[in-house]
Parts: sequence; structure tokens; C-alpha cells
Amino acid sequence: MSSHTESHGAHSPNEAPHATHEDAHYIKIWAILVALLVVSVTGPMLEIRVVTLLTAFGIAVVKAFLVAKHFMHLDTEKKFVVQLLVVCLGLVFLFFMATSPDIMKHFGMNWVNESAKNANIPEKIVHHGGVEGAAEHAEGAAEHAEGAAAPAEGAPAHPAGEAH
Amino acid sequence: MAESHAHDAHAHDHHEEGWFKKYFWSTDHKMIAKQYLLTGMLLGAVGAYFAYVFRMQLAFPNKPVPGYGLVTGADYNALITNHGAVMIFWVAMPVLIAAFGNFLIPLMIGCDDMVFPRLNRLSYQIFLVSAIVLGASFLVEGGAFGGAWTAYPPLSAKAEYNLTPLGPSLWLIAVALEFVAFLLGGINFVTTAMNSRAPGMKAFDIPMAVWMIVIASILFMASVGPLIAGAFMLLFDQLLGTGFFDPDRGGDPVLWQHLFWFFGHPEVYVVLLPALGFVAEIITTFSRKKLFAYKTVLYTTIGTGVLSFFVWAHHQFIAGIDPRMANVFTVTTVLISIPIAEMCFVYIATLYGGSIRFAVPMLWALAFIAEFLVGGVTGIYLGASGADIYFHDTYFVVAHFHYTFFPIAIIGTFSGVTYWYPKMFGRHMNELWNKVHFWITIVGFNGIFIPLFMLGASGDHRRIFDYSNFPELATPELQQLRVFATVSLLVMLAIQPVFLINFFYSMFKGKKAEANPWNANTLEWQCPSPPPHGNFAVLPEVYRGPYEFSAPDRADDFWPQNSPT
Amino acid sequence: MVKPIATLRSATGVPTGRLAVWWVIASEIVIFGGLLGAYLLHRLGHPEWATYASHTNTWAGAFNTLVLLSSSLSAVLAHNAAEKGNGARAANLLLVTCVGALTFLVVKGFEWTHEIQEGFTITANGFWSFYYCAAGLHGLHVIAGAIIMLFVAADARKNQELQRVELIGIYWHFVDLVWIFLFPLLYIAK
Repeated sequence: MSSHTESHGAHSPNEAPHATHEDAHYIKIWAILVALLVVSVTGPMLEIRVVTLLTAFGIAVVKAFLVAKHFMHLDTEKKFVVQLLVVCLGLVFLFFMATSPDIMKHFGMNWVNESAKNANIPEKIVHHGGVEGAAEHAEGAAEHAEGAAAPAEGAPAHPAGEAH
Repeated sequence: MAESHAHDAHAHDHHEEGWFKKYFWSTDHKMIAKQYLLTGMLLGAVGAYFAYVFRMQLAFPNKPVPGYGLVTGADYNALITNHGAVMIFWVAMPVLIAAFGNFLIPLMIGCDDMVFPRLNRLSYQIFLVSAIVLGASFLVEGGAFGGAWTAYPPLSAKAEYNLTPLGPSLWLIAVALEFVAFLLGGINFVTTAMNSRAPGMKAFDIPMAVWMIVIASILFMASVGPLIAGAFMLLFDQLLGTGFFDPDRGGDPVLWQHLFWFFGHPEVYVVLLPALGFVAEIITTFSRKKLFAYKTVLYTTIGTGVLSFFVWAHHQFIAGIDPRMANVFTVTTVLISIPIAEMCFVYIATLYGGSIRFAVPMLWALAFIAEFLVGGVTGIYLGASGADIYFHDTYFVVAHFHYTFFPIAIIGTFSGVTYWYPKMFGRHMNELWNKVHFWITIVGFNGIFIPLFMLGASGDHRRIFDYSNFPELATPELQQLRVFATVSLLVMLAIQPVFLINFFYSMFKGKKAEANPWNANTLEWQCPSPPPHGNFAVLPEVYRGPYEFSAPDRADDFWPQNSPT
Repeated sequence: MVKPIATLRSATGVPTGRLAVWWVIASEIVIFGGLLGAYLLHRLGHPEWATYASHTNTWAGAFNTLVLLSSSLSAVLAHNAAEKGNGARAANLLLVTCVGALTFLVVKGFEWTHEIQEGFTITANGFWSFYYCAAGLHGLHVIAGAIIMLFVAADARKNQELQRVELIGIYWHFVDLVWIFLFPLLYIAK
């Protein structure tokens, strides 16, 4: 156990063995990344909502995966490092999910965010047309319906209902 | 072999040091720990002074407070805000995590320093700057921030509302700097504990205090991010006029509450865990028993850490959050009392059948368990979303979190300081005066906050500075309770100089301490008191766990971790 | 200064410097995650933001993505050179990465100037507030990374502290990763 020293160079006896690649490998990964970038820019030009979301965010995830695996060498890193990063992403996801019922809606139990709500309506009418706009109208309507239901739902849940 | 070689070179390097280099520019973890400890104690005195001023105003309204003068409404708000912020961010954090983390981690895991000594120094310096910025916020036009330590917008976002144009921004910058300091410190602690343990020290040989400080640092690093982002957003709202938290412009003030409490609740456990770690060290040493169920405590701690990320919205039950979420958060909040209760039981089980010695650190440790239990139990009332509607923002809440934070930040600190004082300074404190200080502090503390529970249950709202406009709260019965609490505070504050004099006097004139005055097992007691630069003459190897007390076939009732036989 | 023995130990098998960088990145994930999460919450709650977002310059964003991807390549090539003990090559490649950072910032500068002239300032509305806040925070990371990289390159040229080439590289890839997500969030989704 006396070999706890480590040379100051890049190589050290305790370091997890890193797969050493040739430069060509990294250039190949870079080329794939650039190709993906081209897809993610051209995809939205079709102006189909599903395609836009898929090319924009699906490809971002793929690109992120490639960078993390090949450039950051997470594939040969100790497992706990990957787990650590995944846990942190999970916390962000937790924050997002638990906060979304409050922030994405413009209604709460005891409040209505009138100005945020009003800001939605004229903008949608003025700026949106075609398929996309219609889809958003439907969404907006659903949201409104939900919003209208929320206070009613909330009322019985007030003190007495919740107390036990 | 190579190790001891490098070590010699290291020790030689630091023989000739100027005063400035030794006390202010040092990279030695023990000196940085002392810097944090003394800065924390100084700011603790500031926070206590704030409490003194606003408690005097509450008990004897609109009479000049000796040592301050007449308290205006704006003064009162600034005082309560900064009392809370100072006590949590500039007292509990630097003392419990930074001071003890710096002092204990390298010593307890048997190495010569932190892994990044210069980063460590930088961390303290940023912390010091943050304290200075906070102090500066009292001197600017309009005065210090008065929007409570939670800084909820819109009150904190617009000068039209809070009437302090500069205070909130300086306050926010100070808090953000403080976070940066502890992020740097936390990375250092975690990396040190993970990588630099003495040969032979496996996961279950690590003393509980180190585990707890490390888990607390991880909790801090994992939870503070959204609030740092939120601090940027709030700062832009204040200085540039953006509308992140302004409902009139499409923003959402509830978002700030989520960002704040996503950090704010794990923060409670960030400061709680180190104190629980000190208690574990102390009760094993002074009852001469193995820690009951070491692994259970460890897994429970990790479980607490995980659960602490799922409870934050219980601070927002009446903020208009989605009632379905309130149900979920009620359940998780009540659940988290289980691991904490379990830890208290484990500590009590450790005491069972031990040969207990009521030394001063032990008194503090036992008081910690007793007082924290009260804080924990009253938390269950507040965790239930239905009951919380009535208790929210009353003095019941104030009393509840002081019954958790006082044991953590004050009792925990005193237990740690009195236990490790011989190691830090190589001398003993006066035991008699420490006991006097202990009893008066504990009685005084309960005298302050038991009346506040009663006030809160009577509906006393916590943010009122002058009750003359609230006839139903200005009754003589309630006022008597307020006076009782304030008088108890005065008694408690009056005894603190005894501790301070003892602390500084013993540093130079106390009885000399040997290396292992309490006959403890952990590695910090196996090097000289105070430890020299580089800590150990020969870096230790570890052969067993930290709590091997009263082993049957040994002459000594303790068994140091580094003793081969 | 002489490193303490603590720095040279490696009980986990991950060298201390790299372990610390992973912790830095873990805490950065929650910082950016909090900000982008907040943005996404608002974005989904405000369908009208799509119209504001349509004024961002997709081509500038795409070009900057290319720049960052390429600078990531030079950073990983620098790491490869350092692994082989070739400090001078590592230093040169790090300088190439710094040029990438500079290009990125210059493009951002032109882009922001243009947008501010058009009236899309940080106070224009919620979308633009988040746009400047998120891109600005990312830009600060670019600046910080480039400055650190200059120091690392200077050491590497003397064949000193070559392990730091990898560390700054990992950080740089993280900065790249954040941009990979910022690009669709701020530029493409319209």
C-alpha cells in the first residue's frame, strides 16, 4: 500500500486505464457531430412540429451522448462518476416535474396570474396561423378548461378536507 | 517511502513564515479552520446582537433599545432578515461545515492537508468578502435588505416595494459569493475524503463526523444550483428591470419560492448532518461504547439526504401551490422524520449500558438530542398541509425552526468546540465555567422558545413589529410571554462572555492537553496537540473501525484506529 | 508550492484533479439545469414566446455550435497529445481551442449587438430575459474556460502538469454540452 504516490505527468499508476484512441477516431466523432448539426438545422425547415422537436431535441441528446462518451471519456471512467452526473440530471428533472404544476399553469389554488394569462390570448390570435397555430389553440383551450376547474377542485380541499 | 520523503520536503518548506503568511495567507487546513471558526463566532455575535435588538422591541415596544436606539419598522425588518441570513449562511455553514470540515477531515482520515490547499484558502477569502459585502449593505442608502431571509419577490425585486434600492442587491451578491465559497470548499472536502484516506481506511472505517460532513457537502452542491440561477434572475430583476418574477410581465414569483426552497430545505440537512456527526463522535467516546449500528446510521444518513430533496414545497403550502403537490409533499415531509428519529434512537441505544462520563462535550451532545427532538416533533404539525394553514407564519414556526437550528448551530458548535478544543489549541478549557455556561445557555434557550410556541398557538403572526394596531394580539397575557422570552434571551446572552473569555484565556493559559485527552480512537487524537504542519510525524495506516471501545481482551478500553495490535 | 501528500493519493482510482472536475460539473449541471428548467417551464406556459423566439438568428447559433464542436475536437486532441507526453503539441491545440472560444464570443457579440439594436433587449419580454441570462451565463463559462486554458497551455508547453490538459478539456466539453442544449432551446424551437 506504499505506492500512493503519483507522478505529475498524465500517466499514473492509480489512474483508471483510459482507452487511448488515435486522433482519427476523434475526428470521426467530430464529423458525425457536424452531420448531426446539419440535420438539426435543416429539420425544422420542414416546419412540421413533430419533426422540429425530434430533430432539435432528439439530436441534441444524441450529440450530448457522443460528446460525453467519446470526448469526456465517460465510457472508460469509473461507474460512480456517471452515476453522479445522472443523479444530478435526475434532480433537475425532479425540480422541473414538481414545479411544473405551479409555473406552467397560470392558475393556482388561491391565485390567478391574470396578466400572464391575458398575454397568451392576443399573441396567439395575432401571430399564429396554419396548422401549428390551430394546435396551439387547442392546447390553450385545454389549459383554460383545466384552469377553470382548478379553483373548484381546490375549494373542498381547503382546511377541513385536508386536515386529517 | 516516497510519501515520507515528500513529506519531509513539505515540512521544511514552511519553517520561516511571517505573521501575515501564517495567520492570513496560510494554506494549512488547521489555520483555515480557525479562520472560519473565529469569523463564524464573530458573525454569531453580530446575529445575536440583531436578535437582542428586535426582541427588545417586541417586549418593550417603541422604547429606545440600549446599545441601539429607537427601532423603526424598516430597522426591524432589516434586523430580522439579516439575523436569519447571518445565522444560517455566515454562522452555521462556516462553523459546522467549513471550520470543522477543514479541521477534521484531513486529521480524521490521516493525511497531511486538504487536496487543494490554495483552493481552500481562496474559499475562505471569498467567504470573508461575502461577509464584508453583507456588512456593507447596512451602510448604503436606504439601508439593509428587509424582505426576510427567503427574499421572496416581488418584495425583494422592486425598490418601490421594499424602499431599499441597494440593500437587496448587495444582500443577494453576498449570498451568491458565500455559495461560491462553499462550493469550492465542498468540492475540496468531498475530493479529500474520497481520495486521500489513510491506507487501510475502508468505507466503514471512516468516522461518522467525516461521513456526515461529506454527505452534507454533497447535498449542498447538488441543491444550490437552481438557487444560484435564481439569484442571477432576481439580481437582473432588481438591477436591470427584467420580469422573471414579476407576474405583470409574464413572470412568476412562485418560481423563486421553488428555486429557493429546492435549496433551502436540503440546506437544513446540510447543517444538521455535521452536528449529528459530532454527536456520534462524542457519545461514543464518553460512554466508552461502540456506535450502535454504524451501517444503519450511515444508510439512514444517505436516505435522509435523498429524501431531503423531496420535501421542499412544504414551505409553500399556503403560497397557492397545486393542492395535489401539497399532498405529495405532506407525505414526504412526514416520512423524513423517520430517519431522523431513527438516528436519535441509535444514539440513545449507544448510551445504553455505557460507562457514561458527563464531561462538557457530552452534556452538549445529550442536550442536542433532547432539544432537537422537540424541534423534530413540532415539525410534524407544520409538515401536515392542513395544520400548516393555521400555523404558517406564526411564532409556532419560529419556535419550531429555532428548536432545530439552535441545537444544530449553537449546541452542535459548542459540543464540537469543547470536544476538539484540546486538539485545536493544545490546551484545555476550564471545565467548571463551561458547565455553568452550558446550563444557563440551555435553560435560557428553552425560556425563549417555549413561550414562542404558546404565542404561535395563540395566533401571533411572526412579522409584526408593533402590536398596537392588532388589539387581539396586544393583550397583556401575550405581551407577558413576549417579555418572558426576551428576558430569557438576555440571560442567555449574558452568559456568553463567560464562554468567550474561557475560550480565549485557555488558548494561552489553559492546562496543557496531551495528544489524546479523551482516550478516543479516531486518527486526529493520534497526532500531537496541536498538530504541527503536516499533522502526523509518520502518516498513519488504519487497521480497524473508529469506535472500538471497551474491547473485552484489551487492557485499555480504547483501541486507536492506527494501532497495529 | 509543494503539493501535499493528500493531493497525490487516489483511493477511488480516479486522480484527484479529475475527480474534482467531475464534482464541478455535477454542481454546474444543477446550476444550468435550474436555469434551463425555469426557462422551459415558462416557455411551455407561454405559447406566445414562440413568436419572440423566431427573431433569434438560427445561422449564428448554428455557426457557433460548429465552432464549439470543433474547439471540443481540438481540446480532445490536446488531451491525446498530452497522454503521449507531447506537451508542445498539446499547448498548440489548446491555443486552437482558445481561438474557437474567441470566435464564439465575437459571433455572440455581433449577434447581441444586432438584436439589441432591433429592440430585443433583456427587458423586452420574458423570452429575451431568459435568452440573455442563459447565453450570458454560458458565455461567462466560455470566458473562464479560455482564461484557464491559457494557463494550462503555458504549463503544458514546458511539459509541466500535463494531466491538467485533460481536466480543462473535460470542463470544455461540458461547456460545449450546455451549448448543444441551448442551441435548440433558444434558436431552433420556434
